[in-house]
Amino acid sequence: MTADEVVSELRPGMTIGIGGWGSRRKPMSLIRAMLRSDLSDLTIVAYGGPDVGLLCAAGKVRRLIYGFVSLDSIPLEPHFQAARQGGAIKVTEYDEGMLQWALYAACLRLPFLPAKAGLGSDVQRLNPDLRTVRSPYCDGTELLAVPALPLDAALIHMNRADAAGNTAFLGPDLYFDDLFAGAAARAYVSCERLVPTSELGDYPSLKIHRWMTTGVVLSRNGAHFTSCAPDYDRDESFQREYVAAAKDPAAWQAFASRYLEGTEEQYQRAVRSR
Amino acid sequence: MITRAEICVTACADAWRGDGEILASPFGIIPTIGARLARATSSPDLLLSDGEARFVAGTWAVDDPPPGPVEGWIPFRAVFDMLWAGRRHAMMVPSQLDRFGNMNISAIGDDFARPARALIGMRGAPGNTVCHPVSYWVPRHQRRVFVPRVDVVCGVGYDRGIHSVSIPRVVTNLAVLDFGGPSHAMRLVSAHPGVSVDEVTGNTGFGLVIDGEIAQTRMPTTEELRLIRDIIDPRSLRDQEVPPP
Repeated sequence: MTADEVVSELRPGMTIGIGGWGSRRKPMSLIRAMLRSDLSDLTIVAYGGPDVGLLCAAGKVRRLIYGFVSLDSIPLEPHFQAARQGGAIKVTEYDEGMLQWALYAACLRLPFLPAKAGLGSDVQRLNPDLRTVRSPYCDGTELLAVPALPLDAALIHMNRADAAGNTAFLGPDLYFDDLFAGAAARAYVSCERLVPTSELGDYPSLKIHRWMTTGVVLSRNGAHFTSCAPDYDRDESFQREYVAAAKDPAAWQAFASRYLEGTEEQYQRAVRSR
Repeated sequence: MITRAEICVTACADAWRGDGEILASPFGIIPTIGARLARATSSPDLLLSDGEARFVAGTWAVDDPPPGPVEGWIPFRAVFDMLWAGRRHAMMVPSQLDRFGNMNISAIGDDFARPARALIGMRGAPGNTVCHPVSYWVPRHQRRVFVPRVDVVCGVGYDRGIHSVSIPRVVTNLAVLDFGGPSHAMRLVSAHPGVSVDEVTGNTGFGLVIDGEIAQTRMPTTEELRLIRDIIDPRSLRDQEVPPP
């Protein structure tokens, strides 16, 4: 598939999960394709980074469900901050372990999973629909019932994939990408290299399989400017340029027209010619 | 000449003293130096991460990649498993912290739907604080951080009806504090050398419990100073976080 074909299968109002973590192994080429589309009114679920920032800046997001939004080496995401401070998006802010549980419950087709995380914090005050359950066993503990969070679609970036939709991550951490895929009705994977099945990688890296994925997009440098170890590190100077531009409307307009308004090929060429 | 930053390092290191075989998770430069110092001295069983996904043995510089050896693989999911099991003691950096240890890193302002300032988000604070001990590091002790009530409770304090909450200590650039006051109110434990009690209370936005004569925070030992200056922080990153006066 192409990135644009993936986006053409998405619809306004969908709940879309995005893999990766902060500014690490984000499916940025798929995000950039979303920016070029007329998608809107989305509910986005993520351990957020610039994926969330870009979608917020483009006005694509109605609700955000997240544990944090950060650029890692730069703690705060400027577009996310602006969207929050302007009241432009509705939010469901969870503990990051609760978000894992919500996705895992959806993977297992359970209505909820019990958790200690969230109890006593303002996660409960700010999300009044959350309910607690009492253990039916002799401990009688009261726990938060983290509701399942099924996704209409998940977008993930992997180091390797084959044409059938088997994938391999070669970096230090899968993050929660398998849970995003498992929670989603349709999971789309962009990858650095499309390889024969026999060359995917060692067993421990083969965690997201063809039964969990719907389509594969070859997208070299597709996670740029986030990290995609071991293929490449985060492009820190580009990330700084992104943050500087986001702080001023005119600078952001210039950044967007230089990098975001053309095709992915034009984006990659503009990045190379910096 | 022993610096304020070095006193802060050992005050942070003391948070993990006697913790045994658990994951020490420091946030910020001085707590990171402190955790490595604790393992090199008082608490050799601590587990330390390289900040990515590995347990690493040994003692190494705060701005260098670890030489290893790698003891284990801990992607975020394994860290979550460990923290939910209580086998961790984190030292987090609050944007706001109140009298009973409630902590905010999410948003500043009364209206969560439209905050005056959006911060990073809850992160793992709600789960951390109900599952394992969490200490706090405040590089600039000021009223903006030490507030009567936090705007968003991310880290759970002692007044929220959760019995498992444990906040062993709060280290700042001025002092060491704990929650040993009545009903677990924040108490001044010691002021760093050269800091008066008035300076601490004047930079705190609520009444601290002052229990008799306030001690001075301890000085680092000769061996601790050698480890800090020669091994763990040879390029003095600590002075960027707590500049010399």
